[in-house]
Amino acid sequence: MPIDMELEAVLRPVQIPMVPYPPKVITLANGKKMVVRQAVREDVPVILKSVHPCLFIERDYYDIVSARLYGELLAWYRHRVKSEYCLIGQVDGYLVGVVNGRLETEKVGVSYHTLAIDRGLRIGSHLFAAKMEYHIEYLGQEEVLIVAESPIGFRRWMIEYPLEKTNIPHELGGVESYRLTRDIYFAAKPRLVVGDRPVPKALLDEAEGEIKFADDNTIRERIAGLKGR
Amino acid sequence: MMREVAIIGVGMIPFGRRDEDSLMDLLAYASMKALDDAGLGDKSVNAVYVGNMGAGIIQHQTSIASSLVDRLSLLPAAADVVENGPASGGSAVKNGLLAVASGYYDTVLVVGGEKMREITGWRATDFVATMTHPEVEYPYGITLPGMAGMFTRLYMEKYGVTREHLLAVTLKNQEMGALNPYAHVEMTLDREGIFDSSHAVVNNPIAADPLHLYDLCPVSDGAAAVILCPLEMAKKKVKTPVLIAGFGQATDTHTLQERDDPTDLKAVTLASKQALEMAKLTPQDIDVAELHDAFTILEIAESEHVGFFKKGEGGKAAVTGKTRLGGQIPINISGGLKARGHPVGATGVAQVVDIVFQLRHELPENRQVKNAKTGLTVNFGGFGNNVVSFVLKRVEP
Repeated sequence: MPIDMELEAVLRPVQIPMVPYPPKVITLANGKKMVVRQAVREDVPVILKSVHPCLFIERDYYDIVSARLYGELLAWYRHRVKSEYCLIGQVDGYLVGVVNGRLETEKVGVSYHTLAIDRGLRIGSHLFAAKMEYHIEYLGQEEVLIVAESPIGFRRWMIEYPLEKTNIPHELGGVESYRLTRDIYFAAKPRLVVGDRPVPKALLDEAEGEIKFADDNTIRERIAGLKGR
Repeated sequence: MMREVAIIGVGMIPFGRRDEDSLMDLLAYASMKALDDAGLGDKSVNAVYVGNMGAGIIQHQTSIASSLVDRLSLLPAAADVVENGPASGGSAVKNGLLAVASGYYDTVLVVGGEKMREITGWRATDFVATMTHPEVEYPYGITLPGMAGMFTRLYMEKYGVTREHLLAVTLKNQEMGALNPYAHVEMTLDREGIFDSSHAVVNNPIAADPLHLYDLCPVSDGAAAVILCPLEMAKKKVKTPVLIAGFGQATDTHTLQERDDPTDLKAVTLASKQALEMAKLTPQDIDVAELHDAFTILEIAESEHVGFFKKGEGGKAAVTGKTRLGGQIPINISGGLKARGHPVGATGVAQVVDIVFQLRHELPENRQVKNAKTGLTVNFGGFGNNVVSFVLKRVEP
């Protein structure tokens, strides 16, 4: 697609500089090692291949979460969103989860979505926690605005942390907004935020070398199969 | 003179989250598998007993036995629902057994089923808590996991059970569940991931102290069924009938607080003793057992109350592999409630089905107890206030 860079300069938002998220490794309940690391813009087309089959899964509101995430990642890829980032979880190189968000200002962050592509291992919880860790500990933000679009998300974020309500509207819609403050984050950190750094070289090399992704049927079976948990 | 009763057909559907199926679908699928397994085809049965705890609450549907016989075209078979909390399945099998033993019916279908995943986990926990005392327990917020947590703490203090012991049950049952195509949670767990590493705080959080997430069974949809008939008839119908050699049922106080010793599961002791005495066997004669491990502590406690181990030895037995396949007494080789799942009304029947699989020597080598001839089940209702136990025996061809 031809791009007019003069026009692009007008269309592209000004970015807030962001320090990178340092990768970490988490041991899952089944003993597998999940590498959590920051994706780069060039990773988006591959990530979207894993998000795509989730668009058609109604269970647990995967459809709406995936549709919105797809659009948000595409917007990032096409330079149409301000200061977005994306963290991914990989097991044996395979993509098992995606989270994203962005910076509204240097002090206020916006949480977008959390998508677990494998289930029953608290991958969503781990990745959401990594996202909050990024905002608070690495980007030095004061608060993160959050909404939930699924009952699971509501339970995991609003209740488990617990988050506090705010009257600041979240850009994802008119539903009641919540926020994670630094105090809430550090109070929740001992029970919700884990991971080891640095990631052993072999694991990191495997993760960074290639983002592998399961075929559509496998993804659908993992998320919405009979054994879906 | 009561007739001896045998199982000539079994059926089970994979447990899990079955969004696309109604409760009636689950019951019908398991029933049809059992009818097929018994070679009954479209021949009718005399009576149907349905074990179910929550259709009236969860599905807002009652009289499900009447609905099922019509769905299965088994009219005009007699049909009853048996509700006895999480022991509904065991009680349904017992009612079917008595009906055949009495000589009144010759062929009986017993099916247990529950569909619990159409409500949230919180509501499912609340639904199960309806079995607690309505005046002195439920209003104060007690749940079954809460009771199990307190029971575990007491058991730890009195008998020295440790988290290591509970962990051994978790790992064993998940390992076996991963091999069972009917299991809800077909996933092995890893000691480091849920216990040793600092990451376990998220992977395996406290659910009801000292119990953690993976000490609890999942909330499941599922159904299981058996076909019963007199032993003499069974011998002519199938190659390997399984005799219900003994059964027992006992009750205990509704509330835990009224028991002299809340760690003493008297109803388990009494029900299993009755079943073993009727079968003229001792605990040491049993080759394989399915115990009601809704919480890991219950597998340990029941293994002691049945008499497989002395009090205080059940946890150590789990750690040293005595309850594994190939061990002294293999327990919950199906994965138990912990991994197979716990659709409450189905569980008591599913336990019987799993023992039948063992006694018919039908399982793959990695799940089959070699040369199993006898099996025992414990289906635990309430918090041990209504327990049903069976002893099954292989009938050699």
